[in-house]
Amino acid sequence: MRYSERELLSLSPLLNALFFAVLKKRLVKLVVNFLFYFRTDEAEPIGALLLEHCKITREEENVFSISFIEEPDRKYFFECDTEEQCQEWIEALRRASYEFMRRSLIFYRNEIQKMTGKDPLEQYGISEEARFQLGTRKL
Amino acid sequence: MKLNERSLAFYATCDSPGNMLFYFEERESREPVGVIILEGCTVELCEAAEDFTFAIKFDCTKSRTYVLAAESQAAMESWVKSLSRASFDYLRLVVKELEKQLEEMQSGLAGSRSIQRRSPIYRKTKSALCLDTMAPALELVKPPPLPPRRRASSGNTCGPGALVADSPVCPGTVCFSKLHDWYGREITELRREWLESQESHKL
Repeated sequence: MRYSERELLSLSPLLNALFFAVLKKRLVKLVVNFLFYFRTDEAEPIGALLLEHCKITREEENVFSISFIEEPDRKYFFECDTEEQCQEWIEALRRASYEFMRRSLIFYRNEIQKMTGKDPLEQYGISEEARFQLGTRKL
Repeated sequence: MKLNERSLAFYATCDSPGNMLFYFEERESREPVGVIILEGCTVELCEAAEDFTFAIKFDCTKSRTYVLAAESQAAMESWVKSLSRASFDYLRLVVKELEKQLEEMQSGLAGSRSIQRRSPIYRKTKSALCLDTMAPALELVKPPPLPPRRRASSGNTCGPGALVADSPVCPGTVCFSKLHDWYGREITELRREWLESQESHKL
């Protein structure tokens, strides 16, 4: 059923929270930088979230949310079975982005270069690869 | 299948490509026409070898093969190289390798001193990590050397053999706020000493 979602949500932030309080049981699967979600009895996902430029926030107990930079007020809520599970997911999701992995690479590359004086990417022939350069991009 | 398309479109406007190939109608177009997710694919030269074409192929059933053409031999080769290395999996592989190298180097340095083994940054850990998506972990690299003033008998709670200037051992912490507090202890102490000296000057 369609509804004037945006208009309704703008009425009050409290109302925003109320809407997202209706949680549906889903299976979620993290694959590279995508979070797929499934109905519990279906093999194909209903949808996926690309996990780039997103913020993972600890909400109340067992609950975390995902929001995106370009739409910070729109949150996707997830409720876990246990607090431990919640923590695991938060950590996993925070490291799930390509960006995070890329920065790790640059970080390690730098550290190894500092220690050895050599660029560790040379052996793989990828020293000149644009995406692995430090400071070439703006956020 | 639903996708957070708005986020995807926003991601397309950023400089860093990630594991996606966005395609646009015009050079000046704001929003991409579409995106190819470069995961689980191979990038090959086309047999036809006409007009500098190459293809992106996927392993799954009923998948499309995407054929692209570059404007020169050099451009084509550059694209093929870049696209083959664009996947998240590839990046993860390289990071694992570098991490292994760094670990080996660091354990080599430490010799017989016990170094806290820290879990790799890209694996899930059970302990609380206070990082957001923006910062790589501090864990695997030894912290900066202690300033020379630190005395061996300062009674801090570091591990054994920890109080040598060139290789301080972090307390068993994987939490940035704890790390921050640990380094802050010396500052707090210095501040207290300074305040006391100010008091005694006044008197």
